[in-house]
Amino acid sequence: MSGPAPKSGLRKGTERFLRAIGFSGRGLVIAVPTLWLLVFFLIPFLVVLKISVAEPMIARPPYSPLFVHGPDGWSLKYTFDNYAYLWQDSLYIKAYWSSVKIAFVSTVLTLMIGYPMAYYIARSEEPKRSLLLLLVVLPFWTSFLLRVYAWIGILKNKGLLNAVLMKIGIIDQPLVIMQTDIAVYIGIVYTYLPFMILPLYANLVKLDGSLLEASADLGARPLTTFLKITLPLSLPGILAGSMLVFIPAIGEFVIPALLGGPDTLMIGKVLWSEFFNNRDWPVASAVAIAMLVLLVIPVMLLRLANTKQEDLI
Amino acid sequence: MAAPTLAAEAKPWADPAAKPFIRIRNITKNFGDFTAVDDVTLDIYKGELFCLLGGSGCGKSTLLRMLAGFETPSAGQIEIDGQDMARIDPHHRPTNMMFQSYALFPHMTVEKNVAYGLLRQGMPRGEAMERVADMLRMVKLEDFATRKPHQLSGGQQQRVALARSRVKQPKLLLLDEPLGALDKKLREETQFELIRIQETLGVTFIVVTHDQEEAMTLSTRIGVMDAGQIVQVGEPQEIYERPGSRYVADFIGSVNLFSGEVDASGTDMLRIRSAEADGDILAPPMAGLKARQGVWVAVRPEQITLSREAPQNARNVLQGMVEEVAYLGNLSIYRVVLDSGKVVRVTKANLSHEESPITWDERVYLCWNPAAGVVLTK
Repeated sequence: MSGPAPKSGLRKGTERFLRAIGFSGRGLVIAVPTLWLLVFFLIPFLVVLKISVAEPMIARPPYSPLFVHGPDGWSLKYTFDNYAYLWQDSLYIKAYWSSVKIAFVSTVLTLMIGYPMAYYIARSEEPKRSLLLLLVVLPFWTSFLLRVYAWIGILKNKGLLNAVLMKIGIIDQPLVIMQTDIAVYIGIVYTYLPFMILPLYANLVKLDGSLLEASADLGARPLTTFLKITLPLSLPGILAGSMLVFIPAIGEFVIPALLGGPDTLMIGKVLWSEFFNNRDWPVASAVAIAMLVLLVIPVMLLRLANTKQEDLI
Repeated sequence: MAAPTLAAEAKPWADPAAKPFIRIRNITKNFGDFTAVDDVTLDIYKGELFCLLGGSGCGKSTLLRMLAGFETPSAGQIEIDGQDMARIDPHHRPTNMMFQSYALFPHMTVEKNVAYGLLRQGMPRGEAMERVADMLRMVKLEDFATRKPHQLSGGQQQRVALARSRVKQPKLLLLDEPLGALDKKLREETQFELIRIQETLGVTFIVVTHDQEEAMTLSTRIGVMDAGQIVQVGEPQEIYERPGSRYVADFIGSVNLFSGEVDASGTDMLRIRSAEADGDILAPPMAGLKARQGVWVAVRPEQITLSREAPQNARNVLQGMVEEVAYLGNLSIYRVVLDSGKVVRVTKANLSHEESPITWDERVYLCWNPAAGVVLTK
């Protein structure tokens, strides 16, 4: 295209009008996602933030208002007691810590299972590669809840797994997996595997095969080539996949609720019981905000590391 | 440094008793139904700079990759320095390759790229880094040691790639289109650099290229490939002056081909009846030709002289009209249309003080010495 196309008078007029009220073509394009984030992310976040500094009340809604109309006009009424409470009761610290631990272990497991799968798919020839990618995303066609439920059938004491293992004589007594952290790990790894595989695949498929040949040509064994060339070059994919697994896994509620036991402590479960069992909305909101802050910091660090890594490559 | 005997001077390929450094025997490579390399047999001698020349898809790169070990031959045998390569992995071969894309490791500095091969063979870090520094000094990149490949120009990347493939001092260097991405001036510099390395260090080179000029400048011998086969092997001069087929004649430089058939009456000179040349062409005698056999006579553009008046006592005189003149500075290229419609290419050196050079739409005589023609049967 060479130069702008001639414009009709009407279009010109509209354009001038939009520019006059502060809109440019570029601004309009960005306006839609900006508005979306504003309405569906920022406003709910502010609402939660507001509730987190309120006091619980037996009322509807069950918390004190932020703006109070008193004798000397409107005043702001807020308290940080809910946050202080998170510090005082060790349950919350423990739940945060346990969530981070479960999410971290799950991420490592997902990476260890997902990396070879992504590598294999990326190295496959075309018709097979598409089929394998389809198989990776196929579980998304079934409801997430149903798939987690299906694991109960597999993992419970008289479930499929124990029946098979006992049939072939590997164990005499059924393994107790259901309602333990192991079941939660299995659930998280299973659910989030595609989120690890896809960014890793996208990275590995771009890997220039001649680099691996060059490494072999210079005398590196296959394992050395993997450690010195493939692995460092796929670091952005590893980071992206790990973030996509780690972040939602921390706040995961459904999996620990369905597969975990009473000892499984995760912040999502705590949040749920604060909201629906205790009906203490302000503390529940404080838990949510604290979790967000705890998540945002590592994410920022990872993003930073990621962009640096991409700069290098 | 005492220069080793140069392969270009010793010509070991002319000596039937000489032991080849690389023996390629009946090598074939199939990809599914496609035969990339078709029954190639070739000997390459120590210290040679051997060029595999051919168009894209002729199998030259596949042959090179089989030498490096990246492809397994479907049939045949490769021997390097007396050792059968069939069961030897790429990382154990005495070869190093310079890739067409350079294949520099993007996450490593120049220094680490060059050191990679030395560290893999277990050389202590200190010693390796010394060798790397020497090598970088030789390719004039010592100031760029800590840069990443993407911070270098194409020419610098090319020198890093060359340094990395040389630093392990392999017996055999394989270069895949080494000068492809460089501009003309850098290319010439690198060509002479390669020749210098080959002559002073006595390394054996195999270079894959599609550029006939590059092959002519560099090589001790050229192997011309077409459709997976080696169609002719010879020294550059031999390939240029005595091509074995129309494909080779046409691929190496430009050539005029006149089709015709053998006239049996010729004795000391071969007489060929050619409708394209509007008459008979005389060519050097050649054994094994039958009367009326269809042949081609190849004549290089620079062997033909142009004149306004009919040349005296000359043989192989044709007439035509100048259709096009391209002035290239040191020489001019003429396209002359014969009465038969055949277009003939003639190059002529431009001499100063020449009065009224031949120009467009002039009727001219074309003439060449019969000895300058080459008779081709395929």
